[in-house]
Amino acid sequence: MAKQAAIEKEGTIIEALSNAMFRVELDNGHVIIAHISGKMRMHYIRILPGDRVRVEMSPYDLTKGRISFRYK
Amino acid sequence: MIRLKTEEEVELLRENALLVSKTLAEVGKNVVPGITTLELNKIADTFIRDHGAIPAFLGYNGFPYSMCISVNDVVVHGFASDYRLKEGDIISADCGTIYKGYYGDSAYTFPVGEVSEEAKLLLKVTKESLYRGVEKAVVGNRIGDISYAVQEYIESFGFSAVREMVGHGIGKHLHEAPDVPNYGHRGQGKKLEDGLVICIEPMINAGEKSVLISDDGWTVTTADNKNSAHFELMVVVRKGKPDVLSTFKYIENDNN
Repeated sequence: MAKQAAIEKEGTIIEALSNAMFRVELDNGHVIIAHISGKMRMHYIRILPGDRVRVEMSPYDLTKGRISFRYK
Repeated sequence: MIRLKTEEEVELLRENALLVSKTLAEVGKNVVPGITTLELNKIADTFIRDHGAIPAFLGYNGFPYSMCISVNDVVVHGFASDYRLKEGDIISADCGTIYKGYYGDSAYTFPVGEVSEEAKLLLKVTKESLYRGVEKAVVGNRIGDISYAVQEYIESFGFSAVREMVGHGIGKHLHEAPDVPNYGHRGQGKKLEDGLVICIEPMINAGEKSVLISDDGWTVTTADNKNSAHFELMVVVRKGKPDVLSTFKYIENDNN
């Protein structure tokens, strides 16, 4: 049986929560909770409300995501 | 988390893979115009249980059948029903087993009677792309090398690879890390290591790559309603040459 691939979506940060978690509003209107990826943590990349970011999500749980990129 | 498998685990996976291969051959023998897909599902279910294993798909995340039966423009995860196969259809049978705590998963697309030249080409090319992907499953390569091999070959015929569905690792669970997409770039993705067991499963559309997922939450169909083929083999990554656990020889020797 085939597996569903991870979904990449873009969105904007609405709110910063504790523990490097953020509330993100995706371009399609959905609001999800996403955490910052390890790679971004490692390189000390800061994310603030209002930033445009790329989020990776699992098709099996569409309420959570991982922020993988911050656009300029 | 990628878990590499020990020699003993690979042997248990091999037993599963052989059982799935034989089940597909049994189903293939019965692919004739007039049979319903529910009957084919029952044949697979009975065959697996007769050999002391459990069908892996039944109840998996709520999937209601023992086999995925995908006819013509259905890409994967089709439901069995009272639909009677007719001459010219292509039917992709995907089936899984649980035996001794490990899983098996393999798939084959059968032509029903005489099919169109385009359908014959789609089947031939998809199966060949699988073999080309398998060739790349050696230590030192990356997932992207397998993905690129599949994509490049099928696109040279004007076909397209489905983006939303991917192959996967397998072991004590049906779907494990890593994902094995059917599109990608060489040199990208996770490094392949000795003992990694993956299912490579090209899902190739005769037309555009876009697919739709139906309201039942499972059935994936092509957006342009053209045919789609699906072949899957379980492979262990080794140095130099991969170890292919499942086989199509039971299916193809029967038909010959």
